[in-house]
Amino acid sequence: MSIDETTAERDRRIRPGRRTRRDRRGPGVRRTFRVRRTFRDRLRRDWPLLLMVAPAALLLLVFHYLPTLGNVIAFQDYNPFLGDDPLDAFLQSEWIGFGNFETLFTDPAFWDAVRNTLTITAFQLVFFFPLPILLAVLLNNVLSARVRGLVQSVVYLPHFFSWVLVVTFFVQMLGGAGLLTQEMRQAGLEPWQVMTNPDTFIVLVTAEAIWKDAGWGAIVFLAALSAIDQNLYEAAAADGAGRWRRFWHITLPGLRPVIILLLIMRLGDALSVGFEQFILQREAVGRQAAEVLDTFVYYQAIVPQQWGLGAAAGLFKAVVGLILILAANSAAHRLGEQGVYAKS
Amino acid sequence: MSVVSARPDRTDPPRRPRRRRQGEARPAWAERPTPIGRLGKGVLLTLLVLAVLGPLWAVLVTSLAARDTINEAGGIVLVPREIDISAYVTIFSGGTVTQAVWVSTLVTVAGTLVSLVLTVLAAYGLSRPDSLAHRPLLFFFLLTFLIFPGLVPSYLVVTGLGLKDSLWSLVLPSAISVFNLVVVRAFFMNVPSELVDSARIDGAGEFRILTLIMLPLSRAVVAVVGLFYAVGYWNAYFNAVLYLDDNDKFPIQRVLQSYLLAGQSPHVTGNVPNLPGVTAYPPSLAIKMAVVVVTVVPALLIYPFVQRHFTKGVLTGAVKG
Repeated sequence: MSIDETTAERDRRIRPGRRTRRDRRGPGVRRTFRVRRTFRDRLRRDWPLLLMVAPAALLLLVFHYLPTLGNVIAFQDYNPFLGDDPLDAFLQSEWIGFGNFETLFTDPAFWDAVRNTLTITAFQLVFFFPLPILLAVLLNNVLSARVRGLVQSVVYLPHFFSWVLVVTFFVQMLGGAGLLTQEMRQAGLEPWQVMTNPDTFIVLVTAEAIWKDAGWGAIVFLAALSAIDQNLYEAAAADGAGRWRRFWHITLPGLRPVIILLLIMRLGDALSVGFEQFILQREAVGRQAAEVLDTFVYYQAIVPQQWGLGAAAGLFKAVVGLILILAANSAAHRLGEQGVYAKS
Repeated sequence: MSVVSARPDRTDPPRRPRRRRQGEARPAWAERPTPIGRLGKGVLLTLLVLAVLGPLWAVLVTSLAARDTINEAGGIVLVPREIDISAYVTIFSGGTVTQAVWVSTLVTVAGTLVSLVLTVLAAYGLSRPDSLAHRPLLFFFLLTFLIFPGLVPSYLVVTGLGLKDSLWSLVLPSAISVFNLVVVRAFFMNVPSELVDSARIDGAGEFRILTLIMLPLSRAVVAVVGLFYAVGYWNAYFNAVLYLDDNDKFPIQRVLQSYLLAGQSPHVTGNVPNLPGVTAYPPSLAIKMAVVVVTVVPALLIYPFVQRHFTKGVLTGAVKG
């Protein structure tokens, strides 16, 4: 330590990275303090903002947080007829610990549903997930802005159709009385039973999901692509990198954060593959193939009113989903990616 | 216009070289696309467009075809021959479908209004990082991304509030989408604070700042978010299955399902209502397709006006949220 070292320099040496008050106070500059407002002051200033947030917060409280808390009936033998209202019934219902979970975990139908759900998720991860990326790259490669715009608006469209409509389209095109059957009959061929075949159901479901959402999923990747610095491409081309090398070394790394982000989100949703799609087609292909966790809850809990059991299945799903998303996110952090939320 | 003319041709002076628009030019360093590549791309894009528009076309044409044409084709008609609107006359002459269209329209309009007002208000309320309780409130909203309430407790809450068999059960539980809220909030936060400050100095209150400064500047994103909400309400199906028992209150998606999917033996989906007329006389194909068209049309009508703002709206949410 030299004798000429100023206090500020010493401070910086001792606590690197932290600026001290002395730092900021240059010669002749009067120190200004931020006025620390009291709670009352801030309330008086901000009450209109709080008032504006209130209705939305109230709705979330009632329709999101209250049901989340309501999951405790998973540990109850909940009987809605016990009291005058649901709250009363909840207070009077008997606590049975993990009884519902025992029933659930010994039910082979539950494990069938879990297996179906996971199989479909895995299948879609392999066959559906990369498609929006490919589509975005393809669209990005189309030079004519007009063609690109046109194709984009067409492929986004099915995202705005309901599942009922999508399934209807598939039934009308591929189903037993649909266009494909009609054409194959006329050509003298034995028609396929695409819509009712449990063995190929997973392919059908994925095809529907692709038809509905692949275009929409490409939006995010398109934006990520347009954010890639064009100079990188130019520099790479000048260095002699061909089309594929540029794709591999610039385009893909440019997409990486988005890909990882979406993968994490998909993983967190691993146990929910969509509700309506399966409930609509469950009867056509049979329970064995089409029962996923969500439909299991509907048919095993809501229809026969076995509330405790259904809540247990729902809680299982939520907890596993939360664990998956946290795990995937911390894995992303470890790989040096940003993930869904920043590490704080 | 031929493909060749896209490249200015130096050997042919009389033809004025076509001016390229921005974004259409191939960067100087890039290789010229190979013919096979161009052809492959063209075929792929055409297939994509056909895969989406084909079913729409088939459904539309069939709904407008006469009974004879349908019989002749053996089902779906692909080539339009005449226009026969009798199917539309039938479904709009009162009865289940007409009723359902009204219900869905009502739910969509009312729901979208409620959702938009609440979302915009909350987004503005959360857009001031130094405001009172800003962090805990924001956390309260964002936490909903991580925790899922589950079907059974939600069902019990909605029925417990007496919303069973009420159209509010289609609106209130899904009224706030935190995703949309985050999108709108991001836009509000991007408005230069000088504008807000000067308005405040001129004596404007928060509501006035919101309506006179924020909203006009964020019209695009509000339109997109409005479309998202509207589409959500128009497409509401599962909530209707859960909470509605009364045939008169069925929205269009539920009716569509019972007309189309329930009729497909062995497609008898569980919990399908016995709609009058459906089981007794299976509706003709033209009528079925007309119902499909009626279900699609509203989305198609709004879509072109909002579509150009999509990227902006979706991305602010996806990337910043």
